[in-house]
Amino acid sequence: MHTAKTATETWDYPDDQGHFGPYGGRFIAETLMGPIQELTEAYERLRADPDFLAEFDRDLAHYVGRPSPLYHAERWSRALGGAQIYLKREDLNHTGAHKINNTVGQALLARFMGKRRVIAETGAGQHGVATATVAARLGMSCVVYMGAEDIRRQAMNVYRMRLLGAEVVAVESGSRTLKDALNEAMRDWVTHVDDTFYIIGTVAGPHPYPAMVRDFQAVIGREARRQIQDQAGRLPDLLVACVGGGSNAMGLFYPFIGDTGVRMHGVEGGGEGLASGHHAAPLCAGRPGVLHGNRTYLMEDEDGQIIETHSISAGLDYPGVGPEHAWLKDTGRAEYFAVTDQEALAAFHDLTRMEGILPALESSHALAHAARIAPQMAPDQIIVVNLSGRGDKDIHTVAALEGIRV
Amino acid sequence: MSRIEQRFRELRARDRRALVPYVTAGDPEPTVTVPLLHALVEAGADIIELGVPFSDPMADGPVIQAACERALAHGVSLHAVLDMVREFRRRDDSTPLVLMGYLNPVEVMGYEAFADAAAAAGVDGVLTVDMPPEEGDGLVTALRERALDPIFLIAPNSGEQRVRQLAGAGRGFLYYVAFKGVTGADRLDVDDVARHLERVRALTDLPLGVGFGIRDAAAAAAVARVADAVVVGSALVRRIGELAATPERITTEVPAALAEMRRAMDARNDETAAS
Repeated sequence: MHTAKTATETWDYPDDQGHFGPYGGRFIAETLMGPIQELTEAYERLRADPDFLAEFDRDLAHYVGRPSPLYHAERWSRALGGAQIYLKREDLNHTGAHKINNTVGQALLARFMGKRRVIAETGAGQHGVATATVAARLGMSCVVYMGAEDIRRQAMNVYRMRLLGAEVVAVESGSRTLKDALNEAMRDWVTHVDDTFYIIGTVAGPHPYPAMVRDFQAVIGREARRQIQDQAGRLPDLLVACVGGGSNAMGLFYPFIGDTGVRMHGVEGGGEGLASGHHAAPLCAGRPGVLHGNRTYLMEDEDGQIIETHSISAGLDYPGVGPEHAWLKDTGRAEYFAVTDQEALAAFHDLTRMEGILPALESSHALAHAARIAPQMAPDQIIVVNLSGRGDKDIHTVAALEGIRV
Repeated sequence: MSRIEQRFRELRARDRRALVPYVTAGDPEPTVTVPLLHALVEAGADIIELGVPFSDPMADGPVIQAACERALAHGVSLHAVLDMVREFRRRDDSTPLVLMGYLNPVEVMGYEAFADAAAAAGVDGVLTVDMPPEEGDGLVTALRERALDPIFLIAPNSGEQRVRQLAGAGRGFLYYVAFKGVTGADRLDVDDVARHLERVRALTDLPLGVGFGIRDAAAAAAVARVADAVVVGSALVRRIGELAATPERITTEVPAALAEMRRAMDARNDETAAS
């Protein structure tokens, strides 16, 4: 029942200008047009360069620790009483999340382009840590922009970045969260375009970032596709991944896009529920607009001002989403759902107690959705969930909700 | 002929450079804006640049970010900004007015609806910072069909082909960004600006405005020697922010700062004429 077409045969996006249907593109100020063009050319050259790809693969193997396992969560699957659930263990990567796949790739590109300074935005701090990590390894100077509110919520990751030699800049403008950190990183970039490489952490921003970050993260799906065939002798029925900006989801989905029998579910931060308006679910409850260099679904008010998002998970607390997800939604190739804070927390506890794996709160959204769908499926069906990060960083958040100080 | 083109023609005939103040609409509160615009014209403004507040002004420095936040705290929407323009036009139907902002509020209103409303309100030009010409077909066409001028930025790193493309898409004038950076930064180098403008002038007949980082009368006068228009934003907006608690002083003190720039620009001009 599964076809074996490759993604590029059926899904040839983006176009030359970076468009995924009506989404994506390059909505940036003129000063950034030259540097973005230069980046596009460098990336186009390197993505076809066997030496670059070999070095990237070597780093993924020996520095990141790939391939990450695909783990059959048998006990949890049995308890749910339906489909078999396999977890793609991105939480076991160096630095504890999928983010490092992309920062390794972009840092190699930065080095190739002769840039000695890298900058990044971060929400929960995972991308900031992953950027500070590769900068330390390559001896580059590193500045990470982080909302003042997030700095307060994620003290441990802030300290990790500083240990790694990065400068962490508190962003006090706007809602003082991830979107404002992105604004500030863009301002830094426009000011230091000649010597600075901006390592964007997700599949958003001006072209070529959405395609480039997807390509660096697609190792997740390529491995999973091979691993599930080795272990189960077939392709999965369903892929599930959480979606903030959407890089772990694109990384898992992309190599399966041509496999028309494989359904794909992206899971957004439902916060206190879509009806409450307090959520981070632009694909489920937003509408198309232009922000941060691309056209995509956004959380905005009736005047086109970007509104604050709410999610228990800082990594999902973003009012936009990668443009390729917007197009996957409109074309119907992928479907998008929301999971509330409470549902994610329940999944966090279930996986921890039943499988001995502490998932990140972001990934817990994907787990909660899988737990909802699995019982409706047959025991010989397969779900692959991207366990995009480990939950150690979230222990304080979970403990505080239970009135415990750790 | 658009009001903007008309204005540059008149100024050229008088050998004057245009002085273009930027203020954010609704900053620090909506009632201040229209009286302030009239006072700026009396103080010597040739063209008005009116900022449309946006929640995420990525190309702006802290001064204009703060202005956007003050205006948005009063719920100043694109509709409200167009109402201000309409009110301004009741007393002034000659000073060209350019809206400057980001694409998303326009996107939400819809290009055709926005262009209709802007033309009806009396807007003359539209500068959307985050909409380069390659993404701008829809809006640029909608504007031009209503005789509104799409205005584009040119940066120090815009190459020859790029300048030709921007000049081809733009009308009214081209806005040269004085340095790589955000609005209001302290990085102005007039010699560098002069060199770049010379290069740009060889490629277009459109008037060239210069903005970003023009902080005082001396800088305005220096830029006026090489540009057709001098855009002053953060320097005025900073003063507006300082006076936010006493808004009645804004309509006198901010125009006074502009008048000082006008005098410096014209004095420089007169010297040149005399020599």
